[in-house]
Amino acid sequence: MILAVLEAQDGALKKISYEVLTAAKKTDEALSAGGVTALLIGPGAQQAAQSVPGNGVQQVLYAEGDAFAAYAPQAYAQAVLAAAQAASAQAVVFGATAFGRDVAPRVAAARSAGLLMDVTELFAKDGSLAARRPVYAGKAIAVVQAVGQTAVAAVRPNAFAAQAAEEPFAPAKALGVDVDPVSVRAKVREVRRESAGRAELSEADVVVSGGRGLKEPENFTLLEELADALGAAVGATRAVVDAGWRPHHEQVGQTGKTVSPGLYFAVGISGAVQHIAGMSSSRTIVAINRDAEAPIFKIADYGVVGDALEILPQLTQEVRRIKG
Amino acid sequence: MNIVVLVKQVPDTATRIKVAPSGTEIDRQGVNFVVNPYDEFAIEEAIRIKEKLGGQVTVLTVGEQKTEEALRTALAMGADEAVRVSAEVQDPLTTARAIAFAVRELAPDLVLAGKQAVDDDEGQVGSLVAALLDWPQVTVVTKLELTAEGGVAEREIEGGVEVVEFTLPAVVTAQKGLNEPRYASLPGIMKAKRKEIRQIAADQSVTLDPMVRTTALELPPARTAGKILTGMDAQAAAKELVRLLHEEAKLI
Ligand SMILES: Cc1cc2nc3c(=O)[nH]c(=O)nc-3n(C[C@H](O)[C@H](O)[C@H](O)COP(=O)(O)OP(=O)(O)OC[C@H]3O[C@@H](n4cnc5c(N)ncnc54)[C@H](O)[C@@H]3O)c2cc1C
Ligand SMILES: Nc1ncnc2c1ncn2[C@@H]1O[C@H](COP(=O)(O)O)[C@@H](O)[C@H]1O
Repeated sequence: MILAVLEAQDGALKKISYEVLTAAKKTDEALSAGGVTALLIGPGAQQAAQSVPGNGVQQVLYAEGDAFAAYAPQAYAQAVLAAAQAASAQAVVFGATAFGRDVAPRVAAARSAGLLMDVTELFAKDGSLAARRPVYAGKAIAVVQAVGQTAVAAVRPNAFAAQAAEEPFAPAKALGVDVDPVSVRAKVREVRRESAGRAELSEADVVVSGGRGLKEPENFTLLEELADALGAAVGATRAVVDAGWRPHHEQVGQTGKTVSPGLYFAVGISGAVQHIAGMSSSRTIVAINRDAEAPIFKIADYGVVGDALEILPQLTQEVRRIKG
Repeated sequence: MNIVVLVKQVPDTATRIKVAPSGTEIDRQGVNFVVNPYDEFAIEEAIRIKEKLGGQVTVLTVGEQKTEEALRTALAMGADEAVRVSAEVQDPLTTARAIAFAVRELAPDLVLAGKQAVDDDEGQVGSLVAALLDWPQVTVVTKLELTAEGGVAEREIEGGVEVVEFTLPAVVTAQKGLNEPRYASLPGIMKAKRKEIRQIAADQSVTLDPMVRTTALELPPARTAGKILTGMDAQAAAKELVRLLHEEAKLI
């Protein structure tokens, strides 16, 4: 069996969950593991568990209640380990999200299993689970292979096609797990949302990023307007983050976020290696820059040489017109 | 407060990656090695905590002798002691086992690490060390406040921040935004040069067989330049770009 660890918010499955299901099925094929069990933990887990597509998923386990009311890596890891045991899981698949990246290593350590982190492909090799994963911020791709029959994997958002969200749903059942509160020594006290209703950078299908070429922090409103017209997330270069124009959680690049959206706009961005490292796996790249020699044009699929401050409002208007 | 900071030596972020003849590693020729940028935030935070609460900062790396350069950089910034664990590590789990072995001996109140090493981009070692020691962890931290028994940290998540309460001992991994790392001072550099670096060798109780093997290192497919619109006024360029994205790329 393969255990797919899903994520939900307000009782609804997140997009990454459908990607994790696809990845879990690939893992099942690679290891001939006999099916997929899904797991949901935390507030709303029971409700979200009722909407897991049954195509290829045998059952859904959910863990709710006091021990999981707030995120606590030790408690959540115990739930994953209990579910893995209940399902006799050979491998456990997470999304490489803030949650998956935090808890997957604890699960791997407890199972003495190899963890294939932030992978973009999963396949079989010599009877073990193998994967491709970007390293050096995407400047190289490593082919990695788990040793032995067990493994843990965390899949990069947007790298696996999402499983269709269709009925019939898989049968759901509560997971029996007892967490000793004394064993939980880190716990979330409060969650502050910061994204102003905009898509989140590492999960977004479209990202609109701005750099020093926007001249002033106020001009980022022009960028935000384009982002909103496109339903996109907003990104930034380190230069503008360090200047205090944008918050650091918007930084794209080697020491910021790595994004792989379908469409990436680089506006007033020169294209330094450290920036390109964080966005070069985007499917389509659009660059807008005044300087025709800017390195960003070397990797752009489409580009406009011109003044971003003049082009942005026109672009927003045109996008709104086309989208109706 | 005694703190161990985990430090890894990595290629400079501007490095152009070439694959070595072995096909599984980068060509290290001409590569400039630096302290992992996220570890600089961890070192800085440790020094600030020491300045406030007292105690000692020990920097620790697992690696060959060359990696002592990274330890000396950390000493020059203000760390008190440096330890190199000499072990052949090949994957995050064995690295974490070697680290956990040394941390047990050093018995600090807090372990600080980077959220991710910018070479292998694993982002695992902090959580792995916490799990192996059965300690709590807070990863990707942008704000940290400590008392003698515990602390409160803010960690970055998708579209927001989690405020986490934890008890010591614990592992905390540093994200950009936590602080502004200081530069090494000249006296610091002189002192760091003379400092003895302690060696710890993992004993037989530590299993160093890797659980993940890298079987190949590839370069990503090269991107070719596309359609660049030049010499058009803003309105015409915007119109044409949206047309291309709509009709040709079918993305809007
Ligand atoms: C250790 C390290 C880590 C780093 N990590 C990152 C990282 O994670 N992410 C990151 O982004 N950077 C990172 N950097 C910084 C990187 O090297 C560059 O300095 C940075 O990306 C440049 O940002 P920029 O493109 O906004 O600014 P610039 O390089 O100054 O480019 C501005 C561009 O705007 C154009 N322009 C000017 N005016 C206009 C106009 N009116 N209309 C259109 N275009 C205009 C210019 O032609 C120019 O190409 C890192 C550097 C180091 C040393
Ligand atoms: N060989 C090592 N020696 C010391 N610390 C390390 C080593 N490898 C990783 N770390 C620490 O763990 C963090 C995360 O590394 P990684 O999981 O490899 O991305 C780094 O930022 C370091 O703080």
